[in-house]
Amino acid sequence: MEKSAKGFPTSHVIGFLFSLILTFVAAGVALKTSLSFTVIMWIIGSLAVIQAGLQLFMFMHMTEGEDGKTNIINIAYAVFVAVVIVLGTIWVLTSGHAAH
Amino acid sequence: MGIKWDEFFITGDPLILGAQISIALTMIGIVFGLTYLKKWNWLWTEWITTVDHKRIGIMYIISAVLMFFRGGVDGLLMKAQTSRPEMEFLSSQHYNEIFTTHGVIMILFMAMPFLIGLMNVVVPLQIGARDVAFPQLNALSFWLFFSGAMLFNISFVIGGSPDAGWTSYFPLAGKEFSPSIANNYYAIALQIAGIGTLMTGINFIVTILKMRTKGMTLMRMPMFTWTTLITSVIIIAAFPIFTVALALMTFDRLFGTHFFTVSGGGMDMLWANLFWLWGHPEVYIVALPAFGIFSEVIATFSRKSLFGYKSMVYAIVGIALLSMLVWVHHFYTMGSGPAVNSFFSITTMLIAVPTGIKMFNWLFTMRKGRIKMTTAMLWSLAFVPCFTIGGVTGVMLAMGAADYQYHNTLFLVAHFHYVLIPGVVFAVFAGLYYWWPKMFGHLLNEKLGKWHFWLFVIGFNVTFMPMFFLGLSGAARRTYTFSAESGFAPLFLLSAMGSIVLAAGFAVFCYNIYWSLRYADRNISSDPWDARTLEWATATPVQHYNFAKLPEVKSLDAFWFMKKNNEGLTLKDSEIEEIHMPSNSGQPFIMCVLFGISGFFLVFEWSIAAAVAALGIFAGLIYRSFDYNDGYHIPVDEVRETELSWRNKKGEAHKHVS
Ligand code: HEM
Ligand SMILES: [Cu+2]
Repeated sequence: MEKSAKGFPTSHVIGFLFSLILTFVAAGVALKTSLSFTVIMWIIGSLAVIQAGLQLFMFMHMTEGEDGKTNIINIAYAVFVAVVIVLGTIWVLTSGHAAH
Repeated sequence: MGIKWDEFFITGDPLILGAQISIALTMIGIVFGLTYLKKWNWLWTEWITTVDHKRIGIMYIISAVLMFFRGGVDGLLMKAQTSRPEMEFLSSQHYNEIFTTHGVIMILFMAMPFLIGLMNVVVPLQIGARDVAFPQLNALSFWLFFSGAMLFNISFVIGGSPDAGWTSYFPLAGKEFSPSIANNYYAIALQIAGIGTLMTGINFIVTILKMRTKGMTLMRMPMFTWTTLITSVIIIAAFPIFTVALALMTFDRLFGTHFFTVSGGGMDMLWANLFWLWGHPEVYIVALPAFGIFSEVIATFSRKSLFGYKSMVYAIVGIALLSMLVWVHHFYTMGSGPAVNSFFSITTMLIAVPTGIKMFNWLFTMRKGRIKMTTAMLWSLAFVPCFTIGGVTGVMLAMGAADYQYHNTLFLVAHFHYVLIPGVVFAVFAGLYYWWPKMFGHLLNEKLGKWHFWLFVIGFNVTFMPMFFLGLSGAARRTYTFSAESGFAPLFLLSAMGSIVLAAGFAVFCYNIYWSLRYADRNISSDPWDARTLEWATATPVQHYNFAKLPEVKSLDAFWFMKKNNEGLTLKDSEIEEIHMPSNSGQPFIMCVLFGISGFFLVFEWSIAAAVAALGIFAGLIYRSFDYNDGYHIPVDEVRETELSWRNKKGEAHKHVS
């Protein structure tokens, strides 16, 4: 990835292709298969997360430059916080009689 | 909709009428005074448009002291109301309004700005920088905080105070049960101030990561800088949650959505959940910088390096992570399942571990140190036992099952005052006594300081200790009165008397500021405490460019070793260079006014007017993005002159370390 700063942007192109593939697979699963709703949600949900990760590395210059390590810590922390907020909220609000 | 003029000013309550009159007279007095002394221009150029981190810090601190006064008066009014059974000093409605504004003001408009103010003054100096990373953004942060705080504060004379508690739980805080505009103040004023805080968080992370002077690695940073860094990280994680929750609340109240309104299929408990997802980390946002202050003060006055520096850093990082994982302990009784309550009981108790580590580190720092009993040190010493009481009762509350007993009683109120007052108020007082010379060039009077200290600490304990026992025998919080038969009367009276002593302590503090501004000795050394960190390596009060030559750091406690090895203390004439500084700007203040106007109209649900004012905000944003002013240079001669005026002066203490 370091080399792609000048010359042909290989990583960007690969990232772009993979993004397209992942998007079409997701669309295909959602529109063209007869799987159950839950299964479809799980599949496209996972594809979305994979794609987000891919774009972070391929497009957002995550690991480049002097701050590569800081960026990774940042992202890990952001993921941690997001998971806590979203999953934590769902867990707390759907257990016990809080749910009713 | 539009403004209902007949309900615009609150009428019919003599206390509020008194407040309205005194506010009006004070305003007239200030305007008249400024005009008479021809100070308008000075106010504008030196303060309102400043982007200097030290002045911004001072403005934060002044606002915080004023807000402490306002919040403290609220506290005294509540204590007066509950001093005897069946008192009729405040009505129940008025009591509700007062504990709501007291809670909000104390946490968001007193504790936060006080600490952010000290961070502003001290952190750039501690890391050997000339300003924060984004000086103008910093001014904007301050002015947004100020805008929000003022908007919130006018609520009790114009339109009515919010009255649903500082937590403003739904459904009570929704339109159904609080139809007046009062709770709009909560949603909107806190939103505006919150944006400012978020920007502060970003600013300080960048400043600390990017602007450290040569040789200052992360593990050589003073502890206050470390806590500021981690606090900023928590701010960035937690404040957006509050921003979103408040926005949803605003939609529910103003535009009829149903995120939290039960009748429309919303989920009221989602509010409690989001509020505390922010609210608990918020407690650490105010506590961590305070721990940083104690670390600096204790190390300086024990004349030793901080014991266990590394473990201290790990403890703060641990607290930061854990602080995101405990929020449910604020609503165990809401009825989540046993798995949820057990999980959060355990995480909550875990927080006691890193906090305990810090306590022992402070104690070991003092061990065998040659302790100097200055006022700043006294606050730090008193902090240890008082905060421990707060912490131990916190572990009691942490147990979900036991909390069903303590919940919603004065036991809880006593607990969090035992955390917040030693943990934040003692800390900012310690910080003020310690860093005051850096800001104003003179010390605060130590003798008055001791009066302040003893009155405040004794008053504090007498006020809040009885509340633990009241709570255990069943006195509910947020309750405006009690019957004689309850048997609560003696302890309530004791607590009320304590609050008078507390207030006397605060009065001595105000008098101390006045006295010291007028009479204190100006001829002091730039390092009056024989301190250890870089903020003391430059003039007192600090010149606006901070350092003529950026210091070079070789170890922890950099300044101490500079003094010990007699290195880097002098400045050769050849080393003086032009210094690049950011220019002042009126834009942050204008944004403050625009946000204030827009917010005010929104509070009164006058959406069109609010939208028009909001256009002004956007215009300001656009204008700013085309603003290419990149500062000015201070010429060498001016730097030389400034440096000569404080260096090599008599009493200059740069030579020895005792
Ligand atoms: C300076 C002296 C202070 C006094 C006399 C005082 C007194 C009180 C009283 C009487 C209550 C209400 C008890 C009830 O529920 O009936 C209260 C609530 C509260 N106080 Fe203080 N307090 C003081 C300082 C502080 C400080 C420094 C903070 C925070 C930094 C603070 C934060 C709060 C909060 C958050 C509440 C809860 C408000 C609510 O129930 O919504 N107080 N205080
Ligand atoms: Cu909490």
